[in-house]
Amino acid sequence: MSANTADIRVETGNGQKPYLTASNLTKQFGNFTALSDISLEIYEGEFVCFLGPSGCGKTTLLRAIAGLDIQTFGTVTQGGEDVSSLPPSERDFGIVFQSYALFPNLTIHKNIAFGLENRKLPRADIDKRVNELLELVGLNSQADKYPAQLSGGQQQRIALARAIATNPGLLLLDEPLSALDAKVRAHLRHEIKELQRTLGVTTIMVTHDQEEALTMADRIVVMNDGVIEQVGSPLEIYRHPASAFVADFIGTMNFVPGQVNGSDTLKMGSVELKCDPEKITERGNITVAFRPENLLVQEGGKKLPNAFEAEVKYMEFMGSFFRVDLLSKQTNSDAHIKGDFSINMVRRTGVKEGDTITVSIPHDRLTVFPGVN
Amino acid sequence: MKKAFSTKLLGGVATTLAAIGFLTGSVSAEDLTVYTAVEAEDLKRYAAAFNEVHPDITVNWVRDSTGVVTAKLLAEKDNPQADVVWGLAGSSLLLMKKEDMFETYAPAGVDQLDSRFRDNSDAPVWAGMDAWVAAVCVNTVEAEANNLPMPTSWADLTKPEYKGHVAMPNPGSSGTGFLDVASWLQMFGEEDGWAFMDDLHENISHYTHSGSKPCKQAAAGEVSIGISFAFRAAKSKNQGAPLEIVMPSEGVGWEMEAAAIVKGTKKLDAAKKLMDFIVSKPAMEHYNQGYAVVAMPGISKPIENYPANITDSMIAMDFEWSANNRDAILAEWTDRYDSKSEPKN
Amino acid sequence: MAEVTNSTPLKVVKPKASRDDWTMRAFMVMIGAYLLIALAFPLYIMLSKSFENKDGVFIGVENYIKYFSTPALFNSIENSVTISIITMVITVTLAFIYAYALTRSCMRFKGFFKIMAMIPILVPSLLPGIGLIYMFGKQGYMKWLLFGETIYGPLGIVIAEVFFTFPHALLIIMTALSISDARLYEAATVLRAPKWKIFWTVTLPSARYGLISAAFVVFTLVITDFGVPKVIGGQYNVLAVDIYKQVIGQQNFSMGAVVSVVLLIPAIFAFFIDRQVQKKQVAQLSARAVPFEPKPDSKFDALMMSYSGFIVLIIVTILATCQFAALVKFWPYNLSLGLQHYNFDLMDGGGWDSYYNSIQMALWTAAVGTTVVFTGAYMVEKGRGFQQGRTLFQFLAMMPMAVPGMVLGLSYIFFFNNPDNPFNFIYGTMAILVVSTVTHFYTVAHLTAMTALKQMDKEFESVSQSLQQPFYKMFLKVTVPVCSPAILEIAIYLFVNAMTTVSAVVFIYSYHTQLASVAVLNMDDAGDIAPAAAMGMMIFYTNAAARLLHAVVSKYMEKKTQAWRQR
Repeated sequence: MSANTADIRVETGNGQKPYLTASNLTKQFGNFTALSDISLEIYEGEFVCFLGPSGCGKTTLLRAIAGLDIQTFGTVTQGGEDVSSLPPSERDFGIVFQSYALFPNLTIHKNIAFGLENRKLPRADIDKRVNELLELVGLNSQADKYPAQLSGGQQQRIALARAIATNPGLLLLDEPLSALDAKVRAHLRHEIKELQRTLGVTTIMVTHDQEEALTMADRIVVMNDGVIEQVGSPLEIYRHPASAFVADFIGTMNFVPGQVNGSDTLKMGSVELKCDPEKITERGNITVAFRPENLLVQEGGKKLPNAFEAEVKYMEFMGSFFRVDLLSKQTNSDAHIKGDFSINMVRRTGVKEGDTITVSIPHDRLTVFPGVN
Repeated sequence: MKKAFSTKLLGGVATTLAAIGFLTGSVSAEDLTVYTAVEAEDLKRYAAAFNEVHPDITVNWVRDSTGVVTAKLLAEKDNPQADVVWGLAGSSLLLMKKEDMFETYAPAGVDQLDSRFRDNSDAPVWAGMDAWVAAVCVNTVEAEANNLPMPTSWADLTKPEYKGHVAMPNPGSSGTGFLDVASWLQMFGEEDGWAFMDDLHENISHYTHSGSKPCKQAAAGEVSIGISFAFRAAKSKNQGAPLEIVMPSEGVGWEMEAAAIVKGTKKLDAAKKLMDFIVSKPAMEHYNQGYAVVAMPGISKPIENYPANITDSMIAMDFEWSANNRDAILAEWTDRYDSKSEPKN
Repeated sequence: MAEVTNSTPLKVVKPKASRDDWTMRAFMVMIGAYLLIALAFPLYIMLSKSFENKDGVFIGVENYIKYFSTPALFNSIENSVTISIITMVITVTLAFIYAYALTRSCMRFKGFFKIMAMIPILVPSLLPGIGLIYMFGKQGYMKWLLFGETIYGPLGIVIAEVFFTFPHALLIIMTALSISDARLYEAATVLRAPKWKIFWTVTLPSARYGLISAAFVVFTLVITDFGVPKVIGGQYNVLAVDIYKQVIGQQNFSMGAVVSVVLLIPAIFAFFIDRQVQKKQVAQLSARAVPFEPKPDSKFDALMMSYSGFIVLIIVTILATCQFAALVKFWPYNLSLGLQHYNFDLMDGGGWDSYYNSIQMALWTAAVGTTVVFTGAYMVEKGRGFQQGRTLFQFLAMMPMAVPGMVLGLSYIFFFNNPDNPFNFIYGTMAILVVSTVTHFYTVAHLTAMTALKQMDKEFESVSQSLQQPFYKMFLKVTVPVCSPAILEIAIYLFVNAMTTVSAVVFIYSYHTQLASVAVLNMDDAGDIAPAAAMGMMIFYTNAAARLLHAVVSKYMEKKTQAWRQR
């Protein structure tokens, strides 16, 4: 799997040494391998998301990096220092959990001050720092309240303030937004990102929500079954998924069985598709993948390349667009294809269920995966 | 093997916790730990009398019933906690003498005691104090209500009209119960003794754990007739219970209360001083407040409601025999009577 | 990449322990050592004693052969099992109807009925026995009810045991009934099922785990109880009393150990079945159900209320009889009242000192026990490392439930009264009574603590570590305050049981540490039954006062902490 190691990208890496590395991490629980030979590099100031379905090992990886559940094999370095076997208390990080984990019987002030105590800091300095942090998360009037008296979003901001109180070099966020409702989540997403940018703290966030990852992360680490599937910027991962798993997990993707038919041509049923030659690395049976929003509808007399006919089976109104279920006899008799049609386009063309329309896929929006899924 | 392992286990724990050893309080040389089965209300009086002679020696009483004190002493055989035993059944002391648990000592003035109350062996360990004597308590109100004639002998108690009206102590747990059984076996001979108990068993309503309980139950009317001991009977009668105390005509068994020094005591001198006091005249006068029969002849004064001429009823008891056969007697008794629902063999 | 991958990848990472980890491990070792020393080692030594003769020589199963060839001894097994099963059936039935009245009817004064039903928990099991003697003995004022039967024997044992076990069964069944799903009843009503059919097809099945669990708890309580059969058992031998007779009456420690082992078997058996059932009950609990709301039904409610009133009347009558008998001068011949039976100093059993000793012992048990139990539970639930040790500890913590008090007490004689034992110095002191009592009641207290700790956020410890704070700071500043209701509950539970227990202490008290509960036993043993009743009632009043104080303190704390406890 070391083929999947982080690609050292010029714009982030900048030739500098990584701040955090994980090398060949393996974590076993009895006979179950939760992490399998993971290697990863994270740079100073980066916001990295570990994304994957539940049970993929993303939280395990985070806990290994934190030292909360130390890996079975492999090394972790932070700031050039080998921290592989160190307990959490001897590492340098702050952490925020999905459950907030605020101490219910302590006031907001005392919750934030918790980590500042026992450090030979004068009381006045602690109070000053707590007030600064409350200001930073915009909750300075709530200092004497108890966690249960705040809303979920407010509690999570307190948890964040508590985690960064000691100015840690690394901020770990374990599904911090999952317990919140949609509106608060979207708002806090933005706020956390802002805060991270202001502080410049290296941050790792674990999430199963692709939208969260796509909007917040500088780089996304997509994981599945204890291995890294792909590392890259949100755009790269969305545009160029390295595996069928990534393609399927992030966004919506059509998978249609096909064959390679020459150096730059694919066949999907009886449909011939032009494709960028560098994408064709296999011979024989392949899977053709493309996103619903990349499906174009032929309007007027203009002929599009890579076009084929399909029947509109269902049209699902999604608010800002229609998700359309298409069946094309030409591609494959039982291959349903999803297409996203804009409201404007639907109004313009008058497409309705039962119509047969011509659609096309631009050659640069095609992805080819080996074998048939 | 098992024993070796447990010792090793304890040894291992020992090293870990040796440090805690200092927590053990040390008792001053003039404190004596004294085990006793004497009635609770008499203890303060006895200790005060001793302190008139030896004000510098404190008596720390550890009191319980005969069975419990005996059990405790046996349990602590390897690690004795007591310095002196003062006031425990003679047969219990003989049992422990067999186990070599006592210091050899003949207290000053022990020759003044009736020879039945002395350890006459070459290496004497115990000295007697007083005797507690078997007696039968009859509740006159209940007897009348149930049409029971007043019994006059042990044999009377086996008559069918008393069926379900008699309580006696279980010899397994009560010293009084054991002295009753031992006395019957000695009076009637073994064969007739067991035959008598077989018949008596037919009439027994229940066996109690303690020797005083049958008489207290008779006093409360919970049973009509209680086989108990004279001292208890007199006390209950004094409290106003409708009781008649019967001394069976065949004679009654008795048990002495006695004292001895526990082997291995670190306070041998103080213990010897106590033993000397235990057999002294002032001590005997104190015993006499509860017990009509004391070890020193010529001391006894009559006690209210205590049966007169009780010494005449006391049979010659062979305590050595009782102690030596204790296990066998109890096993046989348990086998025959311990469960009333048990079919008899 | 190159410089990091060349480290040997297949070397298992050995986590480095921080100073905090070492402190925590030291605590774990201490708490683990407590259960080993207070439970495992003594039981092991007792087990080995059952294979030794009087002189401590190993003789194999000879003692067992002797035991099983002595009908008077092994018949007790049948007796013990018989009364346990009869009591089980009666108690569970009575408690079920009572619980049904409390949860499924709209009768009035439910709070009152709930409190009154808990009274038997506050008295030593000897007390109902004594009460029954005054009610149904030869001179009993309700003797006519027995039609010539004697109360001394299985009849008396069963009645007193039902009194003693009733609240235990009631608590379990009430929990089971209150989690039943209202939607099932709605469905059944919609299907027009008659009431009796709903009862058989919905009510009983959904409460079945509670009923089974209650049945086993009652069975275990009865078969291991010593107080009731001791006082009112007459000639009906049972195992728990046999141990006492062998040890105290005949000084036959080996046979006492054999009977202990025999008694352990049914107790452990019942315990394991109960654990299995409990697990299923928990699974049923976690399903989100709609709570059942009873609807008023004047006929049914009146019926339920008269039933509950009748049960309360019996409970009150037994206690009132004890109190009255304690004040009567000479039952039954002089019924004028007086306080002379309270002159405990003139009786066997240790006098008033034993009462004060009991309070002292109960306070120590509550203080030491709560600390040990809660810290221990914390280590099991939230500790780091020592995974196998923690599993073993959890197992040990569950064991005391299956170990009868007499058995534990006897094993303490064997273990602590050995001069080679460095803990020998606690023998004969208050400390051994506290240790024995804490250990005897460990399991329920441990489970209470575990339930409270499981409700704490799992990540508190992680947060605290990441903030580089020691675990004990987190434990003292957050865990303990948040769990304070459970901690108070454990303390009062230990206090009340320390006041009433006889079996756990009867072999190991000394002259200087006599206890009120044992005084009740010894006074009854000596035939001083009225003073025994008087002392038993003193225990009751003390426990009632302690419960009241607990309620007041809880209420106060609830008020004080409501700012952060509100949802």
